[in-house]
Parts: sequence; structure tokens; C-alpha cells
Amino acid sequence: MKNSIIKLSHVSKIYQSENISFQALKDINLQINKGEFVAIIGASGSGKSTLMNILGLLDKPTSGSYELDGLSVARLGQDTLANIRNKKIGFVFQNFNLLPRTSAVENVSLPLIYAGISKKDRDIKAKGALEQVGLGEKVGSHPNQLSGGQQQRVAIARALVNNPEVILADEPTGNLDSKSGTEIVRIFQRLNSKGHTIIIITHEPEIATHAKRIIKLKDGEIVK
Amino acid sequence: MNFTEVVAASLKSIVSNRLRSFLTILGIVIGVTSVILLTSLVSGLKSYITDQIQGLGSNLMFVIPGRVGGSRSPGGIQANRLVMQDAINLTNKLKGSADVSAVVQKTATLKYSAKNDKGAAVFGVQANYPKLISIKIISGRFFNESEAQGGKRVAIIGATVKSNLFAGGSPLGKSVDVAGVKYSVIGEVGPRGSTFGVDMDNTILIPLPAATRQFGLDRLNTIYISAFKAEGVKDIQNRATALLGKRLSEDDFSILTQEQTLQTISQITSVLTIALGGIAAISLIVGGIGIMNIMLVSVTERTREIGLRKALGAKQRDIRNQFLIEALTLSGLGGIIGIVLGIVLSLVIGRFFTTAITWWSIALSFGFSMLVGVIFGVAPAIRAAKLDPIQALRYE
Repeated sequence: MKNSIIKLSHVSKIYQSENISFQALKDINLQINKGEFVAIIGASGSGKSTLMNILGLLDKPTSGSYELDGLSVARLGQDTLANIRNKKIGFVFQNFNLLPRTSAVENVSLPLIYAGISKKDRDIKAKGALEQVGLGEKVGSHPNQLSGGQQQRVAIARALVNNPEVILADEPTGNLDSKSGTEIVRIFQRLNSKGHTIIIITHEPEIATHAKRIIKLKDGEIVK
Repeated sequence: MNFTEVVAASLKSIVSNRLRSFLTILGIVIGVTSVILLTSLVSGLKSYITDQIQGLGSNLMFVIPGRVGGSRSPGGIQANRLVMQDAINLTNKLKGSADVSAVVQKTATLKYSAKNDKGAAVFGVQANYPKLISIKIISGRFFNESEAQGGKRVAIIGATVKSNLFAGGSPLGKSVDVAGVKYSVIGEVGPRGSTFGVDMDNTILIPLPAATRQFGLDRLNTIYISAFKAEGVKDIQNRATALLGKRLSEDDFSILTQEQTLQTISQITSVLTIALGGIAAISLIVGGIGIMNIMLVSVTERTREIGLRKALGAKQRDIRNQFLIEALTLSGLGGIIGIVLGIVLSLVIGRFFTTAITWWSIALSFGFSMLVGVIFGVAPAIRAAKLDPIQALRYE
């Protein structure tokens, strides 16, 4: 299909430690198209984090193929993968992962640094991204001056800033109260309506209902 | 991220961790400071001694008892076999091409009325002494040949003796007691400073025959030979060696030219510089270990940051460079503080001793501190660069 952004074919992941091997993913076939809003749900140990790492190019499948935006990425080297992550994937983490003692705008600029963009352009883009998540007033604030919800919005701005193909969010509401969580989900919905492809990994069925498509994992297999 | 931005970011993190950063770079600071300070002291010493030797007189040679240098320097105390007859022989032999002047030396207590000057150096010298050795008679005069031969007890005193005994008043015509014998002061010498902490002004010059008689000195401490022409120095050294060699064995005397003396001093100060600089450089290495230690701690502390940066697109070399530049910023900062401190301390100490700050020591110690930063920064930086982003992101 033309507008396929992610295509996994027969992807397996086996963790090998000494004499125990554990199959985290079993023969996963998955296609996600441009503009989709997908929630991947499953209990802990279902393999959703492993899937997330593979989708985010942080980990490589043991077997199978992965095409990201038409490019086969399963066998690429670390630095090439870093480059692709930088350009095509925006990450949102459960624990925000903002740099302490660093202003919101500098945190958002981080991916742009590795994209080789000048300080001046970085500042403009980062401020733009912060405005998109409703934090245009907080550009100079440090993470410890922001609430959890605001910190996660900074993290979303950081994921957005390099205009990636996919935004991958790993339990983005896991550390937030339900009000802030809803707010974050709304932001994702709004971004999706503007054309961003969004994949949320969550164990909360409540959050997943906001997505357009739900993929359920169990014991390393897609069950729905 | 370009180089200046990483340096700016490193400086920011150094400033936000002031105490830790200060302790980290302390070793480098001490190392660079001491390299600069010690080399400036040794260089100052060298230039001071060189000035002193060059200032003694021109085309000068020193005949001294015993063997100096050479492959078989005999140990222990040797009998001094240099006598007045040797000086007389040299005078006759070198007439027309060089002046010769013999010196005996003794330490004695000087007295004038109720005042004492202990440990003054008494030099018994010949009347031609001022012809060979540049001394400045600031008042009065030197003694002449007939006074010397006639056994006159006259004296020319140094600045310290003057201030100790005469406290500002004119010493001329006064009678100073040298170890129990009265000498009449006929002149005074201008101040000359001190060498190796020895006061060159606590001296009194008296005629050699009077000194010989009073102290029973029949051995000479030095015979000065001053060639009339600079080109003649080597030839005269050879002729003097041959002449003295007739009566004395080669272990009994040495003839050093000013040039040879300067060379020897230059060798000694080079060895001193290397030894002291080397000791100081050890603290640079210790400082480097301090930097490595703190960088390793920093890599561990910032594991999640490293994971995050990698997830956001940092390549291995971006992370490696970031930590390497941080280590270099630390060592460079230590180097700069060390340079400033070294220069300031050298200037302060320069008020009491001669110091000469050498640019090569600044360049060398700074370069070495940067090298130490690279060497000890590489291991932590590589460790950081190799971290697995997934593990690093999960790190608590």
C-alpha cells in the first residue's frame, strides 16, 4: 500500500541470556498507515515494550523485516539508525525524560541539535512546537517549575519539533493524574487530526478508546 | 551540536556544580601552577647567576684548588696546594697578555666601637684586584701596590659591613677591628646583592700580605686571570694549565673560564628544571585521574540523559565528543587557573628572589594538562558512547 508508514513482516524477538531464551515477540505482522492513531495495549510482559523499542529503532528484531517509510531498517548500523530516529520518529516517554536544569525551549531543541540545525532556527522551531502544545508562555521554564502534565507537553513538543513521520508514545499518561492524562490524549488527538501518525502504547483501556485503532498484544502475539 | 555550544554547555554544568568542579580540577591547577612557578624560579636563578658571573669582569678565568668536573673527580676533602708562588709564576709568564690576581679568604667577626658584624667574608686581595673584578668604589679609594707590599692595614668595606658597623655614617678613616687587628677603612664598595642567599655585601677587602700574615694563610682560594683579548682566553687557559702543571698534579687545580662556568651552571639548572618540572608534572597526572574519576561518575549519573540523547538521534561520536569536550573543558579550565596562579605567585615571589616566567613552561604545562584531559577523558567518553539506549533509558 502506498501510504504505509510502518510495515512489520514476521518479526520475532528472542532474548537470550546464558541458558534461558525468552521469545518476547512471535511472528508479528503489522502495517500502520500515514495519519493513523493506533493504540497498542497489553498487560505487562505481553511484549508491548519490545515492540515499541523495535518500532522506535532502539532495538533490532531477531528475525523478520521492518520497513519504515519504505526503507528496510532491520539490518542498519547504529549511527544510521540514530539518524533515522532523529528524522522520522518522535518519542514520548512515561517519565518525560526531560533534562533537568535546562529550559523547556532547550529541551525541545534537543533533536534539532543532532539534526545539525543552527541555534537561531532551533529556537524558532522549538518555540513553535511549544505553542502547539499550549506552552508558549513557558519557554524559559525549567522542568522542576512545571507540573507533570506540563512536563509531558514539553516532551510532546520535543517529539514534534523535527516534524517526524511517527510519534511513538510509551505510556504517556502513566505518571499523570487522570485530568492531565486526558489533556495529553486530547493533544495527541489534535495532532492526529492535523495529519500526524501517532502510536500510543498503554495498559489503560480507557486511554486506548481515544485511538482510532487498537492493537492488542498477548504473550508476544497480536490477538486483535 | 557544534564545538562552541558543547563547550558552553560544559561550562554551564561546571558552574552549576561549583564545588565538585573545583575539587576535580584542583590537581591540574596545582600541577600547572607548580610547573610554571618552579621553572620560573630555576630560570630566575640561572639568569641571576649568569649576570653575577658575567658582571664579575671580562675574559675572566678562575684558578681554583682541586679538580672540578672531568671523569674522575676524587671524593673527600683535598689539601689545597695552590700557593702564592703559583700566582707569581703566572703573573710573570702571562705578562703582556693577561692580568693575574690572587685571593685568600677567611670568615671573621668585625667590630667597630660597640658594634659587631659576625660572619663577614674577609678577602685578602692584591692591589690589581679592581683591574680584574668589576667592583664599584662608591667613596674613598682602593689600596695601591706599595701599601700592600708595605704591609699596611687598610680595608675597603661592603655595604652590609657599612650598615652594620657605621649605621649610615661615613666609615672613611675609621679603624675597624678584624678578628682582633685594627684596619683603617679607606674605601667602600657599592651594593652587589646576594647569591644563593649569601650576602655579597657582607665583605671586607684587605691587602693580601696583611691577610696572609694575620691569619697565617699560605694557600690561595682563587687566582683570577683576565685575558687582555677575548680571543686569547683559550690560549691563556692552556698556557696557565701547562705552567701550573709543572709544580702541581692535575688533581690539584682547575682553571675555569667564565664561559665554562656558565655552561656548567646551565647544565645544573637544566637538570633542576627537568627534575622539578617532572615532579610537578606528576601532579598533573594525578589531576587527570581526578578528572577521569569525576567523568565516570558523571557518565553514570547521566545514563538516562545519554539514553535520551541517543533516542533523539545522537550518534556515538556525538556522545563521545560531548563527554570528551567536558573533560577537556575541565582540564583546560584547570590549566588556565593554574597559569594565572603560577604567574601571580611568580611575580609575588619575584619581589624576594629573581624569577623569570618562561613562555615555554606555560605552553608546555597547558598543553600537558589538555593532553591529560584527553587521555583520561577518553575512557569515560567511550563508555558513555557505547551505552545501549534502551538500557540507558530504563536506568534508575
